[in-house]
Amino acid sequence: MPEFHRKLERSSIGFVLAIVGVASIGGLVEIAPLFTIDETVETVEDMRVYTPLELAGRNIYVREGCYACHSQMIRTLRDEVERYGPYSLAVESQYDYPMLWGSKRTGPDLARVGGKYSDEWHVAHLINPRDVVPESNMPGYGWLARNQLRTDDLSHHLAAMQTLGVPYTDEMVANAPRDAFAQAFPDSAMADAMVERYGAATNVRAFAGDRNTLTEMDALVAYLQILGRLTDAAHEQASAEVE
Amino acid sequence: MIAQLTRNERHNALIILGVVGLAGAALGLAGRNDLLGYHGLLIVLFSAMVALPVIRALDAPEPTLDREDEYYDDPIRVGVILTMIWAVFGMFVGVWVAALLAWPELTFTDQAWASFGRLRPAHTTGVIFGFGGNALIATSFHVLQRTSRARLAGQVTPWFVLIGYNLFCLLAVTGYFLGITQSKEYAEPEWYADLWLVIVWVTYFVLYLRTLARRKEPHIYVANWYFLAFIVVVAILHIVNGLAVPISWGSAKSYTIYSGVQDAMTQWWYGHNAVAFFLTAGFLGMLYYYLPKRAERPIFSYRLSIISFWGITFMYMWAGSHHLHYTALPHWVQTLGMTFSVMLLVPSWASAGNALLTLNGAWHKVRDDATLRFMMIAAVFYGITTFEGSFLAIRAVNSLSHYTDWTIGHVHAGALGWVAMITFGSIYTFVPSLWGRERMYSNTLVEVHFWCALIGTLIYVFAMWNSGIIQGLMWRTYNDSGTLTYSFLESLVAMHPYYIARTLGGLLFFIGAVVGTYNIYMTIRGTTAPRAAAGDVPVGRPLAPGE
Ligand code: HEC
Ligand code: HEM
Repeated sequence: MPEFHRKLERSSIGFVLAIVGVASIGGLVEIAPLFTIDETVETVEDMRVYTPLELAGRNIYVREGCYACHSQMIRTLRDEVERYGPYSLAVESQYDYPMLWGSKRTGPDLARVGGKYSDEWHVAHLINPRDVVPESNMPGYGWLARNQLRTDDLSHHLAAMQTLGVPYTDEMVANAPRDAFAQAFPDSAMADAMVERYGAATNVRAFAGDRNTLTEMDALVAYLQILGRLTDAAHEQASAEVE
Repeated sequence: MIAQLTRNERHNALIILGVVGLAGAALGLAGRNDLLGYHGLLIVLFSAMVALPVIRALDAPEPTLDREDEYYDDPIRVGVILTMIWAVFGMFVGVWVAALLAWPELTFTDQAWASFGRLRPAHTTGVIFGFGGNALIATSFHVLQRTSRARLAGQVTPWFVLIGYNLFCLLAVTGYFLGITQSKEYAEPEWYADLWLVIVWVTYFVLYLRTLARRKEPHIYVANWYFLAFIVVVAILHIVNGLAVPISWGSAKSYTIYSGVQDAMTQWWYGHNAVAFFLTAGFLGMLYYYLPKRAERPIFSYRLSIISFWGITFMYMWAGSHHLHYTALPHWVQTLGMTFSVMLLVPSWASAGNALLTLNGAWHKVRDDATLRFMMIAAVFYGITTFEGSFLAIRAVNSLSHYTDWTIGHVHAGALGWVAMITFGSIYTFVPSLWGRERMYSNTLVEVHFWCALIGTLIYVFAMWNSGIIQGLMWRTYNDSGTLTYSFLESLVAMHPYYIARTLGGLLFFIGAVVGTYNIYMTIRGTTAPRAAAGDVPVGRPLAPGE
């Protein structure tokens, strides 16, 4: 071996090619099949997409680095399932660009936090966590309630995701800013059209309380309330396993 | 510095800066209604600031000596200074972030930029890419020239690589403060910064190959294998993981092309190999050059070097999925990741062992010389961390450790004990000769730095081992009636003392880095005797093709 290697060491191009060859194998074997094998992601009927408001909320979650303290991936371990709910399925993050599975739980897992608390709880908690949970070391996010939500570019957001294969219709793309507004203003004229596009199960309400403007808080709470509720597949599988 | 460039080269530099500035202006205009606008402006200002000294010295006399008779060390000098600036910045933010976990109100302001979620990536990027990356660029230029006995191939190119890279780091860190991030760990910067890094990195790669082509040694030295693997593989990782669709040319926001489980696998293939090829391979390059040099002993075993190099290059790329045990990732991928992670122990320990055995016969030097001790301890921590890594990759262990502070402890055993220590040891080895001094300004201060670093690391790592294991156990403890004993909050409260201890350990480490920076500054200012520049020059002119 040293003899062969002595030769290899004399050619920088040869050496680089050897590195590329040797290093590529692992990734090719492990990653490429995930895009082709059908079993990687379950097919379920009821999986729905994020509404524009929820997507905007998700982007705030990304921007503020909530993922640095919260995972969204319940592992297939008994204690996790008992603490947080049915373990996470691949399909549940099918439309997550990027995924937010996380790697550190300074705070609890949030994969199934949707519906666990009221909107008011979330708003109070996000403004100052220690008002609600005195021992908490989570940061306060007061500015979310003050910042108006940016909606003018939401159509671009949906269009980009449509390009990537998320089943948004052209109509959804075109109406994204309006739909974002409508979701937090149930009495507005646009609300019905929004529900028609995204389904009757969509939460339509004033997430951050009644106000005249749509804030980043509305979006983030709308997102938190949908976590774990895009499909029932995980719950169905869990009850099937019990039986 | 600019006097080393010919007038033509100065003009070329200005043209490049002009193009970059224009690109920045275009971004700024397209993104004037978006956060992107700030970054456009930043790029323009940055280019102008770099252009200023070039314009000032435009008509300065041209270099008269034959430059090929000397190594090109100006970019390395600036690289070392940038390394230390980023070290102080990144570690300061690290201490701040650590303090926030113990005392969440310590933000001093209610502004978004100072919140934990934005500071944490500023810490990781600051230390990994700012501190680590600049150290890698500077030392790779240094090692490459000395082991090839050739001057860098290019006058403006090394500057382009170094300064361009720092522009990337600046875009990254300011982006987090502004709220621009892709959220992919260690790959947070957005599409335009990613594209810019591709340009810089390809230039770096070409520069490396062109310099190697001028070498006067037939064989490529071991350290360069590692630097090459670092450059090549990081390029592959960065490009594949960074593929994204911007929502418009006028927006900083993009969506990665991967979603859910595929994204998770791609991300951790990237993330783990960023550790392997950025934080390991490149720094092994330093180890293989500066440790034998300082100890004045040859590398213990050539054979071990070969085994460990190819073992690391091959096996690391399989290991990323150990970050995804018990998740929705298919089981077979998890198993492969675990298997290769365990096997990785062999090449890793081959390197650590090779380094320590090289010191055989030089232990008295390790005792007396803090610089060499930095590198010895780095090799020890490299051994400990890789053992721990293989252990944590085992599914059953991972079920306890994942998501807890144990991971943070593991990361910092590597980051503080290995990456930072080998960097400081290397820098102390070559800073005196780089600035033509006999030795560092103060050897006592090197000792002080060493002990701050070692004690700080130990406090940090032990605190996190404790908190991590306690946390993991509390989450899975059942009482007699078969229900979970502890609430999440109880586990959080139990972490508090460890978070305080970690902050103190980190503070000590940070103080060490500040002391080191001062020492380097004083060495540069030059109160110690200049040394005779003996022999540190390329031998003869490069062979012309066909010669
Ligand atoms: C410094 C780490 C940290 C960051 C960053 C962080 N959190 Fe938390 N979070 C916690 C901790 C600790 C708890 C548990 C104590 C509590 O309820 O406040 C928590 C609890 C929560 C809960 C309640 C979960 C439950 O099941 O009780 C929600 C919801 C939440 N966080 C959302 C967020 C959002 C949204 C963000 C980003 C805007 C965020 N967190 C950022 C640490 C963090
Ligand atoms: C002054 C010294 C340092 C201190 C006080 C410090 C502190 C911290 C803290 C508090 C975190 C967040 C942990 C959490 O979320 O619970 C962190 C994360 C991290 N730090 Fe440091 N750090 C220091 C030096 C370094 C260095 C030198 C490096 C690398 C070269 C490094 C690399 C990282 C990485 C990679 C993470 C992310 C870990 C993960 O997500 O698993 N740190 N650090």
